[in-house]
Amino acid sequence: MVQLARDRKNFIDEITQESFERIISIRNTTPSLIDELELTRYKETLRFKTNPWKIDPEDEIVFWDRVKQKLVEADNTDDGMAEKISEEILKEIIQRYANEISGNFKKSHYKLARRIANFGFARMLNAAKLKSWRAFFKHEYSLQDKIQLVGEVEHLRKLAKIGTIIMVPTHFSNLDSITLGWAINELGLPPFIYGAGLNLFNINIFSYFMNSLGAYKVDRRKKNLIYLETLRTYSKQAIQRGCHSLFFPGGTRSRSGKIENRLKLGLLGTAIEAQRANYLVSPSEGRNNKIFVFPVVINYNFVLEAPSLIHDYLESSGQERYYVENDEFSTSSKILSFLIKFFTKGSHISMSFGKGMDLFGNYVDSEGRSVDVVGNHINTKDYFLYKGEITYDPQREEEYTRMLAENLVKEYHRINQILPSHLAPFVAFQILRKRYEKIDLFSFLRLPLEEIEIDYQEYKKVFDLIRNKVIELYNAGDVDIAPALTSDLDKVIKEGVENVGMYHAKRPLIINKAGNISSQDLNTLYYYQNRMEGYELEKYI
Amino acid sequence: MSSKNTYDKPVAVIGAGSFGTAVANILATNCDVLLYARKPETALEIGRTRTSSGQKINERITPVNDMELVGKECEVIFPIVPSPYFREVIQKLSPYLKPYHILIHGTKGINVSSSTNQKEKLMVDDIFTMSRVIRQESIVVRIGCLAGPNLSKELADGQPAATVVASHFDEVIKEGQKLLRSDNFQVYGSKELLGIELCGVLKNVIAIAAGALEGLGFEVNSRSLLISRGLIEMVYLGQLMGANPQAFLGLAGLGDLVATCSSNLSRNYTVGKRLAEGEKISDILNTMEEIPEGVNTVELLVKLLDNYKMRAPITETLHKILNDELTAEDGLKLLMKSPFNVDIDFI
Repeated sequence: MVQLARDRKNFIDEITQESFERIISIRNTTPSLIDELELTRYKETLRFKTNPWKIDPEDEIVFWDRVKQKLVEADNTDDGMAEKISEEILKEIIQRYANEISGNFKKSHYKLARRIANFGFARMLNAAKLKSWRAFFKHEYSLQDKIQLVGEVEHLRKLAKIGTIIMVPTHFSNLDSITLGWAINELGLPPFIYGAGLNLFNINIFSYFMNSLGAYKVDRRKKNLIYLETLRTYSKQAIQRGCHSLFFPGGTRSRSGKIENRLKLGLLGTAIEAQRANYLVSPSEGRNNKIFVFPVVINYNFVLEAPSLIHDYLESSGQERYYVENDEFSTSSKILSFLIKFFTKGSHISMSFGKGMDLFGNYVDSEGRSVDVVGNHINTKDYFLYKGEITYDPQREEEYTRMLAENLVKEYHRINQILPSHLAPFVAFQILRKRYEKIDLFSFLRLPLEEIEIDYQEYKKVFDLIRNKVIELYNAGDVDIAPALTSDLDKVIKEGVENVGMYHAKRPLIINKAGNISSQDLNTLYYYQNRMEGYELEKYI
Repeated sequence: MSSKNTYDKPVAVIGAGSFGTAVANILATNCDVLLYARKPETALEIGRTRTSSGQKINERITPVNDMELVGKECEVIFPIVPSPYFREVIQKLSPYLKPYHILIHGTKGINVSSSTNQKEKLMVDDIFTMSRVIRQESIVVRIGCLAGPNLSKELADGQPAATVVASHFDEVIKEGQKLLRSDNFQVYGSKELLGIELCGVLKNVIAIAAGALEGLGFEVNSRSLLISRGLIEMVYLGQLMGANPQAFLGLAGLGDLVATCSSNLSRNYTVGKRLAEGEKISDILNTMEEIPEGVNTVELLVKLLDNYKMRAPITETLHKILNDELTAEDGLKLLMKSPFNVDIDFI
């Protein structure tokens, strides 16, 4: 990655050339290319008129005006000339996009930023724990107390030296990038690059860290073919050059609170393309040319954005709607105040690292070799062979990508660590839902809160039953559980109820004066209970 | 250039039953074929007599009994063995399989994994089509299936016919088409692997019922009623298991259904007929050379239906007849009373 920064120009040139070839092969006649360029120009013009952002470059209008003029020119000339002009325009647009996507990575910045990040976190934590800003410079606590790393971290560390890592975490909160950044550092891993939403660069505090932490910029407003192809090529080329990468394969944060069950295939597909390209260059599978996938699940007791996320989800469920980015993380001060809350109150985060896999869903051993169901080693190059030759078959790779996504979803559910604060809202919600099963979800969520009360003994009985089922799943290797989940039943319930969504103004779950279970906000209760979806536990209630 | 004789490596067929042999003969018009027989003496016998399951075999077919040879020599393999043995066969072949192998199976049955074997009720996830068995037991991903109105005897006689090759991979479909297509044999492609597999599986149930109708002495009107209602039942069961309805309307669905519901050559049809004529199921199974897949399928489907709030009148009635709870005659009476009033409601 450091190397990547060094020959940035070279890198951008290669991306431009490859994207150019891809788009030319998709729009393979001059008229269709001109149509595509015209459409792109139209969409871009519309975008900066209706949805401009602070960080958009100043010369946008000028640039696209020039594109417009050239397109007119291309229209009024002979075919040969039109081809030349349109290809020139295409190249210019790609170059512009490529430059925008590839942030500005400087090694010195990176190191500095890492140090500042760690220093800052550690200071803040100490101050918070010791309840005084004077404790700012003491060394009593570290982030390790706050964030637990569980699972296959050793495996990850080892494989990062053998091949290229693609880390694919679930995405619940904007805090994810920060916690992941910390974890990567804490594990002593080399830097990862990752695509961060351009909107986050609107915020100064994020912008500084992300620029330095190897983030490249993804602009979700741009949905045109040229942009998407350039982005794909960027990712593919970076992986091919051995940059460890991090994707949120769910795309955006989970709106519903469910663990991702449908993944975006675009960037995942670039890993498969890069793997094929690697084998074309050096056919023998071995050091430096193999790509490993590591699923990560981040477990929170509390997601700051929960109320607005679930609001979006409910508003748009049933219909795909354009989503305007606007949330709690819109200004630096709000983030800061959240971080302070996070450090001052006792909310832990655990990150579960899954076992490393190859791109085809096979687990790999500590040497990075893929192992099949009967324990044989697999050469993953074989996945690209047809009659002994590496062949390019886009449909085949699409299918591999779909299979990889399926495998990841399975792994997420398997390594997901169930906390008391996951089980508590699930049990409450399901009891209530069953009580009102005749009405639809939306009417249910609007029920008057006075009606929401579950007798503690009833709740306890169901909680016990579901907890046993969860432990059965755990014993079968289908899910992970937090140690806290196995202690005394009343204690587990208390911990679950107290921790779930603990900083929301309206608590998803409370124990009321009568000692029974109740809620102050059914929407967020729904959000937190969704986390337990996919295990078919509903049927036991 | 002619597409014939261009495939350089041999292709294997695993299973020298009547359908396996027929497929091997069709393949042999385009390439060399290794025909795997389970017992070494059978392989020798086929080699000596050049006859397998009563069919003369093409000179390009070599009978074998060595899984390692099959895995190493062939990149394309057609496993065509009855579903009760299917898993075991793939387990034996698995050590020699690589991710580049293409497996196109021709087995029209389902089974469950050994751990769920004794369960009273089944979930959709407990049911394994043969492509799922291949995925579970081997490293192979390029998986396809063969389905369609392909009565072995007619294929062996070289009568015109067609089949469907289904796979998620275009290259598997293309390969299957290239290898199987001949002047008298047309090959269609489909991306609906699960749907096409279930067509072959579910039509066997209806075929038993059709045989029973004939055994009771009924003719065309009643058979047509059964075929059309049977198709709808297939679509619903298919949807329950995650398949799209479209697949059922094509050659592998309706096409195969009509074939097996009209012919004495179908094993499942024969089972139904003999049941209606008063024979016991155990006696019938004991005297049949090859396994009628439909009997096992009915058993598994009923365990599945128990778990979901769904009715499948033909399957449920057959289940009762197969378990001696009803005579074929009473079963039919019961079905005729079923309150159907909507003809088609899934499109």
